[in-house]
Amino acid sequence: MQAHEMLLKSVAYRRSVLKMIKTSQAGHTGGSLSCLDILNVLYNYVMNVSPENFHDPNRDRYIQSKGHSVEALYAVLADKGFFPEDDLQTLNQYQSHYIGHPTRKVNGVEQNTGALGHGLSLAVGTALAAKLDQRSYRVFTLLGDGELAEGSSWEASMTAVHYKLDNLTVIIDRNRLQITAGTEDVNRLEPLHAKFMAFGYAVHQCDGNDIVGLMHTFDHLPFAPGKPSLILANTTKGKGISFMEDTVKWHHRVPTDAEYEIATRELDAQEAELKAVNSGVR
Amino acid sequence: MEYGKANLDIFAETLLELASANRDILVVTSDSRGSGKLGPFGDALPHQHIEVGIAEQNLVGVAAGLASTGKQVFAVSPACFLTARALEQIKNDVAYSDNRVRVIGISAGVSYGALGATHHSLHDYAALRAINNIDIVAPADNFETRAAVRAAIEYPRPLYLRFGKRPMLNLHAPDTNFEIGRAITIREGSDVTFVAIGEAVAPAALAADQLADDGISTRVISMHTLKPFDEAALLAAAADTRALITVEEHSVGGGLGERCASLLMEHRLFPAFKIVGFPDEYMATGSQAEIFAHYGISPDGLALTARTLLQSEPTR
Ligand SMILES: Cc1ncc(C[n+]2csc(CCOP(=O)(O)OP(=O)(O)O)c2C)c(N)n1
Ligand SMILES: [Mg+2]
Repeated sequence: MQAHEMLLKSVAYRRSVLKMIKTSQAGHTGGSLSCLDILNVLYNYVMNVSPENFHDPNRDRYIQSKGHSVEALYAVLADKGFFPEDDLQTLNQYQSHYIGHPTRKVNGVEQNTGALGHGLSLAVGTALAAKLDQRSYRVFTLLGDGELAEGSSWEASMTAVHYKLDNLTVIIDRNRLQITAGTEDVNRLEPLHAKFMAFGYAVHQCDGNDIVGLMHTFDHLPFAPGKPSLILANTTKGKGISFMEDTVKWHHRVPTDAEYEIATRELDAQEAELKAVNSGVR
Repeated sequence: MEYGKANLDIFAETLLELASANRDILVVTSDSRGSGKLGPFGDALPHQHIEVGIAEQNLVGVAAGLASTGKQVFAVSPACFLTARALEQIKNDVAYSDNRVRVIGISAGVSYGALGATHHSLHDYAALRAINNIDIVAPADNFETRAAVRAAIEYPRPLYLRFGKRPMLNLHAPDTNFEIGRAITIREGSDVTFVAIGEAVAPAALAADQLADDGISTRVISMHTLKPFDEAALLAAAADTRALITVEEHSVGGGLGERCASLLMEHRLFPAFKIVGFPDEYMATGSQAEIFAHYGISPDGLALTARTLLQSEPTR
């Protein structure tokens, strides 16, 4: 898919995320907006997965370890045709399968997540199975940066490196915020790049909200033969909505009517700008 | 009966009040300061608040180390993570080593109803009942919560407290006596008894009102302490009423209901008996109230269970 089309999709996904959260009056707004461009590139450019091949053992797999940002995943899966977008209006309602974390009751979801610090081990096991069976599929997993405080992620990292899982790509949504405050204020993570290098990953840093940059980074997978790849994706929590960006309280705040209105206008403007650039008006 | 605040709010207020007068009281959180309503605590007493990041195992281990030096430590995190992920730290570092941590499970049971099973704690009573040297308290209302937090300070054993985050009905008069290990009879009755725990007590109390309209006399017991268990209160209820219904925001496996059943069996008592809780299935999701209603932990559901059970049991 062309970058321009994907840029437009990101705007549409942001609309979808905000609409879902507004309708259900709950959701993880900031983290969904920060990882959305990564999911866009994964599902529309990188991974070989679709509703048609979802039960094919050779499909690529995506496991969302930061399960709370499920709204971003739902927006992308709906767009890929895994289920009708209208279903999302039932998010979080009584007995809806569309709950506040990924579940396999929803078509397109690989694993039930939501408790942080599980996805990487699951991804390691899935990638290891490909090696055992000499299958060519790849495994991708997305972790929050605050999530890295869970020791299990580092345990899984050692296994990934030990088994030389170069079919595994770990993406860190490095938005520098968690629920309480900034990651460096809550529980210091830096020097993060050096930690991942020391564990034995092949590491690339990039702007995790830049579609073109992300495409370029993923083009180089695997980053080194015999090593798991890790993308340290520098992102902005709340990306795309001015007053939500880089703001702790938007972790799980629901926009008021007025805020929703402003957010919608900002997205309208982004869309108009993209269309203008493409038609050569500017 | 009127609604009070969330038990969570009462916990946070009471702890701040106690800790302001005692600098050995510490709170440890795992990115759970906001969820624990402990923002004011951290602002007022920054040196009595320790933050370990999103790392529940580390949280409990660090809390145990702090407690080993004689500090009064409250380890606060959602019940679902605390009692699942950090279970071995609770078992070894707190209970086995006898470090008297107060393990505080917030947003317990199905408080995070719509977030799915990762965020439900339906297993914590069962898991902790089977661990030696830790006691278990689940307050029903604001009064019990305040009293339980106060009692926790000098309590001689490791302790687990769990509660939710929605406003609760006030069930008790302010002069009620609260003691860990001693059940509170909220209402006397001679036909049927509800033995309930935690946030499942309120619907049982409301069901008793409905049953009274039908001329059914219902005893309601708040069994706020699951361990050590108030055996006398249960045995008296089995002697005085011909049907017993246990009610808990927990799996039907291993919680209050099975605790009561085993005690009745050992005493050769066989009242009509029903355990109300969550069955072994993919859990319904929604708000806490919707999930309660779905599984019959509601005034209507419990009143119906009582009528049905009494019909099945001939009068003595
Ligand atoms: C084991 C576990 N502990 C705590 C939580 C509660 N929780 C949900 S989101 C979150 C903060 C996550 O921060 P981060 O990983 O940085 O995610 P992002 O900033 O991308 O939203 C926490 C503590 C959880 N879901 N799982
Ligand atoms: Mg973050």
